Amino acid sequence: MSAVEIPFAEARSGPSRRTFIKGVIATGAAVSSSNYLFRTPGALSASTVVRSTLPRMLTLNVNGQTRSVDVLPQETLAMTLRYKLGLTGTKLGCDRAECGACTVMIDGVTHYACSVLTQTVRDRQVTTIEGLESADGTLHPVQQAVIAEGGFQCAFCAPGFIMSMVALVNENPDPTREEAAQALSGNLCRCGDYDKILNSAMRAAEFSRRMA
Amino acid sequence: MAVIRDMIPSFELLQPTSVDEAVDLLEQRDNTWVLAGGLDSMDWFKDRIKRPDSVVELSGIDALKGIRTSGDGLEIGAGTTLTEVANSAEVQSRFGLLAQAASEVATPQIRNQGTLGGNLIQDTRCWYYRGGWPCYRAGGNICYAGTSRSMNREHCVTGASRCVAVNGSDTAGALIALGAQMMVRNTSGERVFEAEDFFIGPAIDIQRMTVLQPGDLLTHVRIPGDYANARFYWEKVRDRKSWDWALVSVAASIVESNGTIERARIAVNGIAPHPVRLTDVENLITGMPANNDTADAAGSLATRGFRPLRHNDYKVPLARNLVRRAVRGDAA
Repeated sequence: MSAVEIPFAEARSGPSRRTFIKGVIATGAAVSSSNYLFRTPGALSASTVVRSTLPRMLTLNVNGQTRSVDVLPQETLAMTLRYKLGLTGTKLGCDRAECGACTVMIDGVTHYACSVLTQTVRDRQVTTIEGLESADGTLHPVQQAVIAEGGFQCAFCAPGFIMSMVALVNENPDPTREEAAQALSGNLCRCGDYDKILNSAMRAAEFSRRMA
Repeated sequence: MAVIRDMIPSFELLQPTSVDEAVDLLEQRDNTWVLAGGLDSMDWFKDRIKRPDSVVELSGIDALKGIRTSGDGLEIGAGTTLTEVANSAEVQSRFGLLAQAASEVATPQIRNQGTLGGNLIQDTRCWYYRGGWPCYRAGGNICYAGTSRSMNREHCVTGASRCVAVNGSDTAGALIALGAQMMVRNTSGERVFEAEDFFIGPAIDIQRMTVLQPGDLLTHVRIPGDYANARFYWEKVRDRKSWDWALVSVAASIVESNGTIERARIAVNGIAPHPVRLTDVENLITGMPANNDTADAAGSLATRGFRPLRHNDYKVPLARNLVRRAVRGDAA
Protein backbone atom coordinates (compact mmCIF):
# COMPACT_ATOMS: atom_id res chain seq x y z
CA MET A 1 0.00 0.00 0.00
CA SER A 2 2.96 2.30 0.34
CA ALA A 3 2.68 3.25 -3.32
CA VAL A 4 -0.51 5.20 -2.71
CA GLU A 5 1.24 7.62 -0.42
CA ILE A 6 3.18 9.21 -3.21
CA PRO A 7 0.69 11.96 -4.04
CA PHE A 8 0.40 12.99 -0.42
CA ALA A 9 4.15 13.10 -0.04
CA GLU A 10 4.01 16.07 -2.37
CA ALA A 11 1.87 18.17 -0.09
CA ARG A 12 3.06 16.89 3.26
CA SER A 13 6.44 15.60 4.30
CA GLY A 14 5.83 11.90 3.89
CA PRO A 15 2.96 11.10 6.20
CA SER A 16 2.17 7.52 6.98
CA ARG A 17 -1.19 6.20 5.92
CA ARG A 18 -2.26 6.35 9.54
CA THR A 19 -1.53 10.05 9.89
CA PHE A 20 -3.34 10.68 6.65
CA ILE A 21 -6.41 8.89 7.91
CA LYS A 22 -6.22 10.79 11.18
CA GLY A 23 -6.23 13.96 9.14
CA VAL A 24 -9.31 12.82 7.34
CA ILE A 25 -11.09 12.03 10.59
CA ALA A 26 -10.19 15.42 11.92
CA THR A 27 -11.90 17.00 8.94
CA GLY A 28 -15.13 15.25 9.67
CA ALA A 29 -14.97 12.21 7.40
CA ALA A 30 -15.91 8.63 8.01
CA VAL A 31 -13.08 6.25 8.83
CA SER A 32 -14.56 3.69 6.49
CA SER A 33 -13.66 5.88 3.58
CA SER A 34 -10.04 4.78 3.72
CA ASN A 35 -10.82 1.28 2.56
CA TYR A 36 -12.77 2.62 -0.32
CA LEU A 37 -10.34 5.20 -1.47
CA PHE A 38 -7.43 2.84 -1.19
CA ARG A 39 -9.10 -0.13 -2.77
CA THR A 40 -7.07 0.26 -5.94
CA PRO A 41 -3.48 0.57 -4.82
CA GLY A 42 -1.38 2.32 -7.36
CA ALA A 43 -4.27 4.23 -8.86
CA LEU A 44 -3.24 7.53 -7.41
CA SER A 45 0.39 7.08 -8.27
CA ALA A 46 -0.32 5.68 -11.71
CA SER A 47 0.69 8.79 -13.57
CA THR A 48 3.20 11.52 -12.98
CA VAL A 49 2.21 13.52 -9.96
CA VAL A 50 2.02 17.16 -10.78
CA ARG A 51 2.06 19.75 -8.06
CA SER A 52 -1.23 21.57 -7.99
CA THR A 53 -1.55 25.14 -6.90
CA LEU A 54 -5.07 24.49 -5.68
CA PRO A 55 -5.80 24.44 -1.99
CA ARG A 56 -6.26 20.88 -0.79
CA MET A 57 -8.41 21.96 2.13
CA LEU A 58 -11.72 23.12 0.77
CA THR A 59 -14.67 24.71 2.46
CA LEU A 60 -17.81 23.28 0.97
CA ASN A 61 -21.38 24.31 1.57
CA VAL A 62 -23.33 21.08 1.88
CA ASN A 63 -26.94 20.98 3.05
CA GLY A 64 -26.61 24.45 4.50
CA GLN A 65 -23.59 23.53 6.58
CA THR A 66 -20.04 24.64 6.02
CA ARG A 67 -17.77 21.62 5.89
CA SER A 68 -13.99 21.60 5.64
CA VAL A 69 -12.58 18.73 3.67
CA ASP A 70 -9.32 17.61 2.09
CA VAL A 71 -9.96 17.15 -1.63
CA LEU A 72 -7.76 15.90 -4.47
CA PRO A 73 -7.88 17.79 -7.78
CA GLN A 74 -9.30 14.76 -9.59
CA GLU A 75 -11.81 13.83 -6.93
CA THR A 76 -15.50 13.63 -7.85
CA LEU A 77 -18.23 15.15 -5.71
CA ALA A 78 -19.81 11.73 -5.14
CA MET A 79 -16.54 10.48 -3.64
CA THR A 80 -16.22 13.50 -1.39
CA LEU A 81 -19.81 13.35 -0.20
CA ARG A 82 -19.84 9.63 0.51
CA TYR A 83 -16.37 8.87 1.69
CA LYS A 84 -15.13 12.07 3.24
CA LEU A 85 -18.27 13.74 4.52
CA GLY A 86 -20.10 10.51 5.38
CA LEU A 87 -23.17 11.50 3.35
CA THR A 88 -23.84 8.02 2.05
CA GLY A 89 -27.42 8.79 1.05
CA THR A 90 -26.02 9.74 -2.35
CA LYS A 91 -25.47 6.42 -4.11
CA LEU A 92 -22.90 5.43 -6.69
CA GLY A 93 -24.46 3.12 -9.25
CA CYS A 94 -22.52 3.32 -12.48
CA ASP A 95 -20.05 6.14 -11.75
CA ARG A 96 -20.49 7.04 -15.44
CA ALA A 97 -23.42 9.52 -15.61
CA GLU A 98 -25.57 6.66 -16.89
CA CYS A 99 -27.88 5.78 -13.99
CA GLY A 100 -28.77 8.85 -11.92
CA ALA A 101 -28.29 7.25 -8.47
CA CYS A 102 -25.80 9.98 -7.53
CA THR A 103 -28.11 12.89 -8.43
CA VAL A 104 -27.60 15.89 -6.13
CA MET A 105 -28.44 19.55 -6.46
CA ILE A 106 -25.85 22.19 -7.03
CA ASP A 107 -27.32 25.67 -6.61
CA GLY A 108 -30.75 24.08 -6.90
CA VAL A 109 -30.03 22.34 -10.20
CA THR A 110 -29.70 18.56 -10.50
CA HIS A 111 -26.30 17.14 -11.42
CA TYR A 112 -24.70 13.71 -11.45
CA ALA A 113 -22.28 13.89 -8.51
CA CYS A 114 -20.13 11.14 -10.05
CA SER A 115 -19.25 13.46 -12.91
CA VAL A 116 -18.57 16.73 -11.11
CA LEU A 117 -15.11 17.54 -9.76
CA THR A 118 -15.44 18.62 -6.13
CA GLN A 119 -12.99 21.45 -6.78
CA THR A 120 -15.55 23.06 -9.10
CA VAL A 121 -18.27 23.45 -6.44
CA ARG A 122 -16.21 25.45 -3.96
CA ASP A 123 -18.48 28.48 -3.96
CA ARG A 124 -21.75 26.71 -4.58
CA GLN A 125 -24.56 25.22 -2.53
CA VAL A 126 -24.72 21.44 -2.61
CA THR A 127 -27.91 19.67 -1.50
CA THR A 128 -28.04 15.92 -0.98
CA ILE A 129 -30.88 13.65 0.09
CA GLU A 130 -29.80 14.22 3.71
CA GLY A 131 -30.48 17.92 3.31
CA LEU A 132 -34.13 17.68 2.28
CA GLU A 133 -35.76 17.30 5.69
CA SER A 134 -36.39 20.42 7.71
CA ALA A 135 -34.48 21.28 10.88
CA ASP A 136 -37.09 19.62 13.13
CA GLY A 137 -36.82 16.36 11.18
CA THR A 138 -40.02 16.75 9.18
CA LEU A 139 -39.55 15.01 5.87
CA HIS A 140 -39.72 16.96 2.63
CA PRO A 141 -43.16 16.67 0.97
CA VAL A 142 -41.56 14.64 -1.81
CA GLN A 143 -40.19 12.17 0.73
CA GLN A 144 -43.59 11.95 2.40
CA ALA A 145 -45.21 11.27 -0.95
CA VAL A 146 -42.76 8.47 -1.72
CA ILE A 147 -43.59 6.84 1.62
CA ALA A 148 -47.32 7.32 1.06
CA GLU A 149 -47.14 5.66 -2.36
CA GLY A 150 -44.61 2.96 -1.41
CA GLY A 151 -42.75 4.24 -4.40
CA PHE A 152 -39.71 2.02 -4.57
CA GLN A 153 -38.91 -1.66 -4.43
CA CYS A 154 -35.23 -1.99 -3.44
CA ALA A 155 -34.83 1.81 -3.33
CA PHE A 156 -31.16 1.99 -4.23
CA CYS A 157 -32.12 4.50 -6.90
CA ALA A 158 -34.52 6.36 -4.57
CA PRO A 159 -32.21 9.17 -3.37
CA GLY A 160 -31.42 10.11 -6.97
CA PHE A 161 -35.04 9.89 -8.07
CA ILE A 162 -36.16 11.94 -5.08
CA MET A 163 -33.68 14.70 -5.92
CA SER A 164 -35.07 14.76 -9.46
CA MET A 165 -38.61 14.87 -8.08
CA VAL A 166 -37.71 17.83 -5.89
CA ALA A 167 -36.33 19.61 -8.95
CA LEU A 168 -39.53 18.77 -10.80
CA VAL A 169 -41.94 20.11 -8.17
CA ASN A 170 -39.81 23.23 -7.66
CA GLU A 171 -39.98 24.02 -11.35
CA ASN A 172 -43.41 22.72 -12.22
CA PRO A 173 -45.79 22.38 -9.25
CA ASP A 174 -48.57 20.91 -11.41
CA PRO A 175 -46.96 18.51 -13.88
CA THR A 176 -48.72 16.06 -16.14
CA ARG A 177 -47.66 12.44 -15.87
CA GLU A 178 -45.79 12.86 -19.15
CA GLU A 179 -43.93 15.92 -17.83
CA ALA A 180 -43.06 14.03 -14.67
CA ALA A 181 -41.69 11.17 -16.76
CA GLN A 182 -39.58 13.66 -18.74
CA ALA A 183 -38.23 15.20 -15.54
CA LEU A 184 -37.28 11.76 -14.19
CA SER A 185 -35.81 10.52 -17.46
CA GLY A 186 -32.27 10.96 -16.13
CA ASN A 187 -32.73 8.28 -13.46
CA LEU A 188 -32.87 4.53 -13.88
CA CYS A 189 -34.64 1.98 -11.69
CA ARG A 190 -33.38 -1.53 -12.20
CA CYS A 191 -36.38 -3.03 -10.43
CA GLY A 192 -38.45 -1.49 -13.20
CA ASP A 193 -40.75 0.20 -10.71
CA TYR A 194 -41.40 3.22 -12.89
CA ASP A 195 -45.17 3.19 -12.57
CA LYS A 196 -45.07 3.51 -8.79
CA ILE A 197 -42.25 6.03 -9.04
CA LEU A 198 -44.42 8.15 -11.31
CA ASN A 199 -47.34 7.76 -8.88
CA SER A 200 -44.98 9.07 -6.19
CA ALA A 201 -43.94 12.00 -8.37
CA MET A 202 -47.56 12.98 -8.98
CA ARG A 203 -48.34 12.62 -5.28
CA ALA A 204 -45.20 14.66 -4.49
CA ALA A 205 -46.47 17.49 -6.65
CA GLU A 206 -49.85 17.31 -4.89
CA PHE A 207 -48.25 17.37 -1.41
CA SER A 208 -45.98 20.25 -2.41
CA ARG A 209 -48.92 22.28 -3.74
CA ARG A 210 -50.77 21.68 -0.49
CA MET A 211 -47.76 22.85 1.56
CA ALA A 212 -47.19 25.95 -0.55
CA MET B 1 -22.99 -1.21 -4.41
CA ALA B 2 -20.91 -0.50 -7.35
CA VAL B 3 -17.33 -1.57 -7.18
CA ILE B 4 -15.47 1.52 -8.11
CA ARG B 5 -12.25 0.86 -9.94
CA ASP B 6 -12.27 4.31 -11.32
CA MET B 7 -10.20 6.58 -9.12
CA ILE B 8 -9.03 9.09 -11.65
CA PRO B 9 -5.22 9.29 -12.00
CA SER B 10 -3.89 12.55 -10.69
CA PHE B 11 -3.62 15.66 -12.79
CA GLU B 12 -2.97 19.29 -12.19
CA LEU B 13 -6.25 21.17 -12.14
CA LEU B 14 -6.06 24.67 -13.57
CA GLN B 15 -9.04 26.97 -13.19
CA PRO B 16 -8.58 30.12 -15.27
CA THR B 17 -11.08 32.95 -14.99
CA SER B 18 -10.60 34.48 -18.43
CA VAL B 19 -10.30 33.23 -22.00
CA ASP B 20 -6.85 34.84 -22.33
CA GLU B 21 -5.64 33.02 -19.26
CA ALA B 22 -7.09 29.74 -20.55
CA VAL B 23 -5.45 29.90 -23.98
CA ASP B 24 -2.15 30.91 -22.37
CA LEU B 25 -2.30 27.84 -20.14
CA LEU B 26 -3.12 25.64 -23.13
CA GLU B 27 -0.20 27.12 -25.06
CA GLN B 28 2.32 26.81 -22.24
CA ARG B 29 1.72 23.21 -21.28
CA ASP B 30 1.93 19.88 -23.00
CA ASN B 31 -0.64 17.14 -22.62
CA THR B 32 -3.39 19.39 -21.36
CA TRP B 33 -7.11 18.67 -21.50
CA VAL B 34 -9.94 21.17 -21.73
CA LEU B 35 -12.73 20.36 -19.28
CA ALA B 36 -16.16 22.00 -19.50
CA GLY B 37 -19.21 19.99 -18.34
CA GLY B 38 -16.99 16.93 -18.09
CA LEU B 39 -19.47 14.37 -19.37
CA ASP B 40 -17.24 13.32 -22.26
CA SER B 41 -14.00 13.79 -20.31
CA MET B 42 -14.80 11.84 -17.14
CA ASP B 43 -15.20 8.52 -18.95
CA TRP B 44 -11.82 8.92 -20.57
CA PHE B 45 -10.22 9.79 -17.24
CA LYS B 46 -11.91 7.03 -15.27
CA ASP B 47 -11.02 4.45 -17.90
CA ARG B 48 -7.48 5.84 -17.84
CA ILE B 49 -7.37 5.95 -21.60
CA LYS B 50 -6.71 9.67 -21.70
CA ARG B 51 -4.22 10.75 -19.07
CA PRO B 52 -3.63 14.47 -19.20
CA ASP B 53 -0.92 16.00 -17.02
CA SER B 54 -3.02 19.07 -16.54
CA VAL B 55 -6.67 19.90 -16.98
CA VAL B 56 -7.88 23.38 -17.82
CA GLU B 57 -11.30 23.64 -16.21
CA LEU B 58 -13.50 26.34 -17.74
CA SER B 59 -16.41 26.77 -15.32
CA GLY B 60 -14.84 29.90 -13.80
CA ILE B 61 -14.82 31.82 -17.10
CA ASP B 62 -17.97 33.95 -17.17
CA ALA B 63 -17.18 35.24 -20.66
CA LEU B 64 -17.91 31.77 -22.04
CA LYS B 65 -21.43 31.72 -20.63
CA GLY B 66 -24.70 33.23 -21.70
CA ILE B 67 -26.80 34.11 -24.70
CA ARG B 68 -26.58 37.59 -26.23
CA THR B 69 -28.21 39.33 -29.16
CA SER B 70 -25.66 40.00 -31.87
CA GLY B 71 -26.74 41.95 -34.94
CA ASP B 72 -29.87 40.24 -36.23
CA GLY B 73 -28.90 36.96 -34.60
CA LEU B 74 -27.61 35.47 -31.39
CA GLU B 75 -24.23 34.74 -29.87
CA ILE B 76 -24.10 31.82 -27.47
CA GLY B 77 -21.12 31.19 -25.22
CA ALA B 78 -19.64 27.72 -25.58
CA GLY B 79 -19.89 27.26 -21.81
CA THR B 80 -23.66 27.83 -21.75
CA THR B 81 -25.41 24.71 -20.52
CA LEU B 82 -27.72 22.77 -22.82
CA THR B 83 -30.60 23.41 -20.42
CA GLU B 84 -30.01 27.17 -20.72
CA VAL B 85 -29.93 26.88 -24.52
CA ALA B 86 -33.08 24.75 -24.61
CA ASN B 87 -34.99 27.03 -22.20
CA SER B 88 -33.84 30.37 -23.56
CA ALA B 89 -36.75 32.50 -24.72
CA GLU B 90 -34.65 34.02 -27.53
CA VAL B 91 -33.52 30.65 -28.81
CA GLN B 92 -37.01 29.21 -28.58
CA SER B 93 -38.77 32.11 -30.26
CA ARG B 94 -36.46 32.55 -33.25
CA PHE B 95 -34.23 29.48 -33.52
CA GLY B 96 -36.53 26.78 -32.20
CA LEU B 97 -34.56 24.17 -34.12
CA LEU B 98 -31.61 24.57 -31.77
CA ALA B 99 -33.82 24.65 -28.67
CA GLN B 100 -35.43 21.41 -29.75
CA ALA B 101 -32.13 19.69 -30.54
CA ALA B 102 -30.62 20.81 -27.22
CA SER B 103 -33.68 19.63 -25.30
CA GLU B 104 -33.29 16.10 -26.67
CA VAL B 105 -29.66 15.63 -25.65
CA ALA B 106 -29.20 12.82 -23.10
CA THR B 107 -30.96 13.49 -19.77
CA PRO B 108 -32.05 16.50 -17.67
CA GLN B 109 -29.01 16.16 -15.41
CA ILE B 110 -26.62 15.94 -18.35
CA ARG B 111 -28.23 18.97 -19.98
CA ASN B 112 -27.93 20.86 -16.67
CA GLN B 113 -24.22 20.21 -16.60
CA GLY B 114 -23.17 19.67 -20.21
CA THR B 115 -22.34 22.71 -22.32
CA LEU B 116 -23.16 23.64 -25.88
CA GLY B 117 -19.44 23.67 -26.72
CA GLY B 118 -18.93 20.27 -25.16
CA ASN B 119 -21.86 18.82 -27.05
CA LEU B 120 -20.40 20.14 -30.30
CA ILE B 121 -16.83 18.94 -29.85
CA GLN B 122 -17.59 15.65 -28.09
CA ASP B 123 -15.50 12.72 -29.19
CA THR B 124 -17.08 9.83 -31.03
CA ARG B 125 -18.81 7.03 -29.13
CA CYS B 126 -17.53 4.11 -31.23
CA TRP B 127 -17.17 1.54 -28.46
CA TYR B 128 -14.03 -0.01 -29.85
CA TYR B 129 -12.40 3.39 -29.65
CA ARG B 130 -13.98 4.35 -26.31
CA GLY B 131 -13.04 0.96 -24.94
CA GLY B 132 -9.37 1.71 -25.47
CA TRP B 133 -8.78 -0.50 -28.51
CA PRO B 134 -5.73 0.69 -30.44
CA CYS B 135 -7.63 1.67 -33.58
CA TYR B 136 -6.66 4.21 -36.25
CA ARG B 137 -8.34 7.01 -34.33
CA ALA B 138 -6.39 6.05 -31.22
CA GLY B 139 -3.12 6.10 -33.14
CA GLY B 140 -3.09 2.43 -34.14
CA ASN B 141 -3.30 0.80 -37.55
CA ILE B 142 -6.63 -1.00 -37.75
CA CYS B 143 -10.36 -0.28 -37.57
CA TYR B 144 -12.12 -2.82 -35.39
CA ALA B 145 -15.60 -1.57 -36.31
CA GLY B 146 -15.39 -1.83 -40.09
CA THR B 147 -14.92 -5.58 -40.54
CA SER B 148 -17.66 -8.01 -41.49
CA ARG B 149 -17.72 -9.43 -37.97
CA SER B 150 -17.76 -6.12 -36.12
CA MET B 151 -20.59 -4.71 -34.06
CA ASN B 152 -21.22 -1.71 -36.26
CA ARG B 153 -24.94 -1.08 -36.11
CA GLU B 154 -24.37 2.51 -34.98
CA HIS B 155 -21.52 3.31 -37.34
CA CYS B 156 -21.44 5.30 -40.55
CA VAL B 157 -22.88 4.67 -44.00
CA THR B 158 -20.95 7.37 -45.83
CA GLY B 159 -17.81 9.45 -45.49
CA ALA B 160 -15.71 6.66 -44.00
CA SER B 161 -11.96 6.83 -44.42
CA ARG B 162 -10.37 3.98 -42.48
CA CYS B 163 -12.45 5.06 -39.44
CA VAL B 164 -16.22 4.36 -39.54
CA ALA B 165 -17.25 6.11 -36.31
CA VAL B 166 -19.98 8.76 -36.29
CA ASN B 167 -20.33 12.17 -34.70
CA GLY B 168 -22.67 12.11 -31.69
CA SER B 169 -23.65 15.77 -31.43
CA ASP B 170 -27.31 16.76 -31.70
CA THR B 171 -26.71 20.50 -31.67
CA ALA B 172 -24.16 20.25 -34.52
CA GLY B 173 -26.80 19.48 -37.16
CA ALA B 174 -29.10 22.20 -35.85
CA LEU B 175 -26.34 24.80 -35.99
CA ILE B 176 -25.33 23.79 -39.53
CA ALA B 177 -28.97 24.12 -40.60
CA LEU B 178 -29.08 27.59 -39.01
CA GLY B 179 -25.90 28.68 -40.83
CA ALA B 180 -24.04 29.25 -37.57
CA GLN B 181 -20.39 30.17 -37.17
CA MET B 182 -17.93 28.87 -34.60
CA MET B 183 -15.51 31.29 -32.98
CA VAL B 184 -12.20 29.76 -31.96
CA ARG B 185 -9.48 31.38 -29.88
CA ASN B 186 -5.85 30.58 -29.32
CA THR B 187 -2.86 32.69 -28.35
CA SER B 188 -2.52 34.00 -31.92
CA GLY B 189 -6.04 35.39 -32.00
CA GLU B 190 -9.53 34.49 -33.13
CA ARG B 191 -10.64 32.45 -36.14
CA VAL B 192 -14.18 31.96 -37.36
CA PHE B 193 -15.41 28.76 -39.02
CA GLU B 194 -18.67 28.04 -40.77
CA ALA B 195 -20.44 25.32 -38.79
CA GLU B 196 -20.27 22.80 -41.64
CA ASP B 197 -16.50 23.34 -41.97
CA PHE B 198 -15.92 23.07 -38.23
CA PHE B 199 -16.49 19.32 -38.16
CA ILE B 200 -13.95 17.20 -40.00
CA GLY B 201 -13.78 13.60 -41.09
CA PRO B 202 -10.98 11.06 -40.79
CA ALA B 203 -9.79 11.83 -44.33
CA ILE B 204 -8.63 15.20 -43.00
CA ASP B 205 -7.44 14.07 -39.57
CA ILE B 206 -8.36 10.71 -38.16
CA GLN B 207 -7.67 11.72 -34.56
CA ARG B 208 -9.85 14.81 -34.41
CA MET B 209 -13.59 15.39 -34.76
CA THR B 210 -13.32 19.15 -35.37
CA VAL B 211 -10.85 21.70 -36.68
CA LEU B 212 -9.72 22.37 -33.10
CA GLN B 213 -6.02 21.71 -32.55
CA PRO B 214 -4.28 21.51 -29.18
CA GLY B 215 -4.23 25.06 -27.83
CA ASP B 216 -7.52 26.04 -29.47
CA LEU B 217 -10.63 26.92 -27.51
CA LEU B 218 -14.16 27.15 -28.91
CA THR B 219 -15.48 30.30 -27.27
CA HIS B 220 -18.77 31.23 -28.94
CA VAL B 221 -21.30 30.16 -31.49
CA ARG B 222 -22.83 32.91 -33.61
CA ILE B 223 -26.21 32.30 -35.20
CA PRO B 224 -27.09 34.78 -37.97
CA GLY B 225 -30.68 35.95 -38.42
CA ASP B 226 -30.92 34.45 -41.94
CA TYR B 227 -33.08 31.53 -40.91
CA ALA B 228 -34.81 33.01 -37.87
CA ASN B 229 -38.38 31.71 -37.70
CA ALA B 230 -37.92 29.57 -40.80
CA ARG B 231 -39.89 26.35 -41.08
CA PHE B 232 -37.75 24.11 -38.90
CA TYR B 233 -37.68 20.36 -38.76
CA TRP B 234 -35.82 18.35 -36.13
CA GLU B 235 -36.05 14.64 -35.63
CA LYS B 236 -33.73 12.40 -33.68
CA VAL B 237 -34.19 8.64 -33.94
CA ARG B 238 -32.60 6.66 -31.14
CA ASP B 239 -32.95 3.32 -29.39
CA ARG B 240 -33.85 4.76 -25.98
CA LYS B 241 -35.97 7.84 -25.44
CA SER B 242 -33.54 9.12 -22.84
CA TRP B 243 -29.76 9.23 -22.56
CA ASP B 244 -29.16 7.95 -26.05
CA TRP B 245 -27.26 9.42 -28.96
CA ALA B 246 -29.01 9.59 -32.32
CA LEU B 247 -28.90 6.67 -34.72
CA VAL B 248 -29.72 9.28 -37.32
CA SER B 249 -30.90 12.86 -36.81
CA VAL B 250 -32.04 15.48 -39.28
CA ALA B 251 -32.12 19.25 -38.87
CA ALA B 252 -33.62 21.52 -41.49
CA SER B 253 -34.37 25.22 -41.94
CA ILE B 254 -36.61 25.90 -44.90
CA VAL B 255 -37.92 29.26 -46.07
CA GLU B 256 -41.00 29.05 -48.29
CA SER B 257 -43.11 31.57 -50.10
CA ASN B 258 -46.47 30.62 -51.58
CA GLY B 259 -45.74 26.93 -51.19
CA THR B 260 -42.42 27.14 -53.03
CA ILE B 261 -39.12 26.51 -51.29
CA GLU B 262 -37.12 29.69 -51.51
CA ARG B 263 -34.01 28.54 -49.68
CA ALA B 264 -33.08 25.72 -47.36
CA ARG B 265 -30.32 24.28 -45.22
CA ILE B 266 -30.46 20.61 -44.25
CA ALA B 267 -28.00 18.65 -42.11
CA VAL B 268 -28.00 14.97 -41.18
CA ASN B 269 -25.93 13.47 -38.37
CA GLY B 270 -25.27 9.86 -37.44
CA ILE B 271 -24.50 8.78 -41.00
CA ALA B 272 -20.88 9.91 -41.34
CA PRO B 273 -17.88 10.72 -39.15
CA HIS B 274 -19.07 14.33 -39.18
CA PRO B 275 -22.48 15.96 -39.52
CA VAL B 276 -23.27 16.27 -43.22
CA ARG B 277 -24.78 19.33 -44.84
CA LEU B 278 -26.86 18.17 -47.81
CA THR B 279 -25.92 20.91 -50.26
CA ASP B 280 -27.05 18.92 -53.32
CA VAL B 281 -30.45 18.34 -51.77
CA GLU B 282 -30.76 22.02 -50.87
CA ASN B 283 -30.00 22.96 -54.48
CA LEU B 284 -32.46 20.40 -55.79
CA ILE B 285 -35.40 21.56 -53.72
CA THR B 286 -34.83 25.28 -54.07
CA GLY B 287 -37.58 26.66 -56.30
CA MET B 288 -39.64 23.48 -56.01
CA PRO B 289 -43.01 23.11 -54.28
CA ALA B 290 -42.81 21.61 -50.80
CA ASN B 291 -44.78 18.50 -51.68
CA ASN B 292 -44.42 14.73 -51.72
CA ASP B 293 -42.63 14.53 -55.05
CA THR B 294 -40.00 17.02 -54.00
CA ALA B 295 -39.59 15.22 -50.70
CA ASP B 296 -39.12 11.84 -52.41
CA ALA B 297 -36.54 13.26 -54.79
CA ALA B 298 -34.73 14.89 -51.86
CA GLY B 299 -34.69 11.65 -49.86
CA SER B 300 -33.32 9.64 -52.77
CA LEU B 301 -30.62 12.17 -53.56
CA ALA B 302 -29.62 12.47 -49.89
CA THR B 303 -28.78 8.78 -49.62
CA ARG B 304 -27.18 8.30 -53.03
CA GLY B 305 -23.84 6.53 -52.78
CA PHE B 306 -24.31 5.31 -49.19
CA ARG B 307 -22.27 2.20 -48.42
CA PRO B 308 -23.64 0.49 -45.32
CA LEU B 309 -21.54 -1.79 -43.15
CA ARG B 310 -22.56 -5.29 -42.08
CA HIS B 311 -25.15 -4.23 -39.49
CA ASN B 312 -26.27 -0.72 -40.35
CA ASP B 313 -28.05 -0.84 -43.70
CA TYR B 314 -31.21 0.28 -41.88
CA LYS B 315 -29.65 3.73 -41.73
CA VAL B 316 -30.15 4.20 -45.48
CA PRO B 317 -33.98 4.13 -45.49
CA LEU B 318 -33.96 5.86 -42.09
CA ALA B 319 -31.97 8.81 -43.41
CA ARG B 320 -34.02 8.84 -46.61
CA ASN B 321 -37.30 9.02 -44.71
CA LEU B 322 -36.03 11.66 -42.29
CA VAL B 323 -34.97 13.89 -45.16
CA ARG B 324 -38.36 13.34 -46.84
CA ARG B 325 -40.17 14.34 -43.68
CA ALA B 326 -37.95 17.38 -43.24
CA VAL B 327 -38.66 18.64 -46.74
CA ARG B 328 -42.37 17.88 -46.49
CA GLY B 329 -42.51 19.44 -43.03
CA ASP B 330 -44.27 16.56 -41.28
CA ALA B 331 -45.16 16.92 -37.65
CA ALA B 332 -42.24 15.14 -35.96
